[in-house]
Amino acid sequence: MTIATGIRLTDTEDTLRSSAPHTFVALLARDLRVLRQDAASFAVRIGLQPVILLFLFTYVLPKIGTGSALSANGSSATFSTILVPGLVASSVLMAGLMAVSQPLMIELSYTNEIEDRLLAPLPTWMFGLQKIVSGALQALIGGAIVFPIAIVLHAPGQAPLLQVESWPLLAIVVLFGSLFSASLGLLAGTVVDPRKTGVLLTVLVMPATLLGCVFYPWSALAPLRWLQILTLFNPLAYFSEGLRASLTSQVPHLPTGSFLTALIVGSAATAAFSVFAFTRKVIS
Amino acid sequence: MSAIRTVELSKTYSSPEGKVPAVEGLTLEVASGEFFGLLGPNGAGKSTTVGMLTTLVRPSAGRAEVAGIDVSHRPVQVRRNIGVASQADSLDRKLSVADNLEFRGRFLGMTRRVARRRAEALLETFSLVERRNARAHELSGGQVKRLIIARALMHRPQVLFLDEPTAGIDPQTRHNLWDALRALHADGQTILLTTHHMDEAEALCQRAAIIDNGRLLACDTVPTLLTLAGAKTIVTVTYDRSVPSDLEGLRGHPDVSRVDVNGSQVKAHTHDAESLLGDLITAGVNAGLRVRHVMTLRPSLESVFLTLTGREYRE
Repeated sequence: MTIATGIRLTDTEDTLRSSAPHTFVALLARDLRVLRQDAASFAVRIGLQPVILLFLFTYVLPKIGTGSALSANGSSATFSTILVPGLVASSVLMAGLMAVSQPLMIELSYTNEIEDRLLAPLPTWMFGLQKIVSGALQALIGGAIVFPIAIVLHAPGQAPLLQVESWPLLAIVVLFGSLFSASLGLLAGTVVDPRKTGVLLTVLVMPATLLGCVFYPWSALAPLRWLQILTLFNPLAYFSEGLRASLTSQVPHLPTGSFLTALIVGSAATAAFSVFAFTRKVIS
Repeated sequence: MSAIRTVELSKTYSSPEGKVPAVEGLTLEVASGEFFGLLGPNGAGKSTTVGMLTTLVRPSAGRAEVAGIDVSHRPVQVRRNIGVASQADSLDRKLSVADNLEFRGRFLGMTRRVARRRAEALLETFSLVERRNARAHELSGGQVKRLIIARALMHRPQVLFLDEPTAGIDPQTRHNLWDALRALHADGQTILLTTHHMDEAEALCQRAAIIDNGRLLACDTVPTLLTLAGAKTIVTVTYDRSVPSDLEGLRGHPDVSRVDVNGSQVKAHTHDAESLLGDLITAGVNAGLRVRHVMTLRPSLESVFLTLTGREYRE
């Protein structure tokens, strides 16, 4: 190996259009390039769990005669109709959470990989915000993968009955649900010790996903009042109920005002706090 | 204009045991175009100092300017003007070699086209063209080092920060990299090198600062540093037979601080090797001796460094 010694670097054509928005977009482009390279594994990671759940709840259980108990939830809707919004919500939540937290935990502990992007010329809080936007984009892509699967996979004669009452409502729910999940991802990635990821998943993420009004509407919990109240502390519940209101309004759901407030205020507060925590962590 | 200027720069970390000073009252100035070494043992405060200069560590007190820009008040502007070539694990492992360069350029505001063209040129310069599609973990140690430096040079930074640029690579690669760094410097690049490899600092730097326990111990040109701490050149002359113990008043020689005579060999510590060597040869001839072998050992930065920083183990 020899290195050419006449290293000439001055290049008059290179007037840098360096501005924070340009850098922000370049950072997003980097994340999308990485996502594109891992497209197949991303799709499998996001899509497999809902496929198995759908297969179990809408095909296996009805076939062996257990399904009837599941759809006895106080409404006449098929179980698929109940399940589609819940599954999409939980998949989007997981996609956003993992998209931000997993690489961040590694970058903050085992490698110094994040340094190159930290040195990008934009305020560090904007880099945190970029991580949220990037995670939300990946959550949306995850939702776009899961949604068609959820519609197509069901037991014979058990097709979900979906009807969009209000597109703007659907857009707002999906947007803030995605931002919420990515903000939680930034928070988890910043504060959780990577050696304790397993604990995070089993103690917090798993119960929250299973009990986030995914398999039943919130109102169906009436006989378990304590659980119904506890569920109100779970962001996923508002997301599931919001999607239920947007896609299957015939199924009982939380009032629009309450889930919208929870999603918007919750995601804004989580985003602000997680960006603050992230900035504190990376600039010592 | 000075490329780097710090005034009473300090950093104190809070820990459960109380406040731990990492850097205390560091005042330094590096001129534009200079190749400057920041030397110190592990835990001396080098990384914290560079962290403050590269905006990733917030100073607790004092001031620092890089390329004339205050690091505390305008960190984003500082980032536009610096290139940082740090340790191997700072490469983006999810991106290819070429993409590591391209995205650095795009973060700095280049269009994709310009960034790719510049990346191509740097791949060429640093002999990485054939590895353009490889991932960072597939590269050899030397290739990693070259890529890190290439990435720091994607724009023409006013100040290039180099952290242990040749640690752990083979001598061939090391000397080639040194040539490349000298070429960069000859082209006007200001470079701040952090290292604890004294031979590297001696080979490359014009001036250097030695720090330990967060404080500046010495800062001067490398030749001047070499005269510090009583460091002397050792002149060894071997004659064809045993020499008389007082080879013509050698012990009283004004330039000699210490002399050892061992059989046919005379070993003298001096700060003026040239004149002493002449005297030793003349004295030998006058005593009927012939000179068989002559060796001069100049003081190294390493010996100065050890004298200044002590020899206890560091973390």
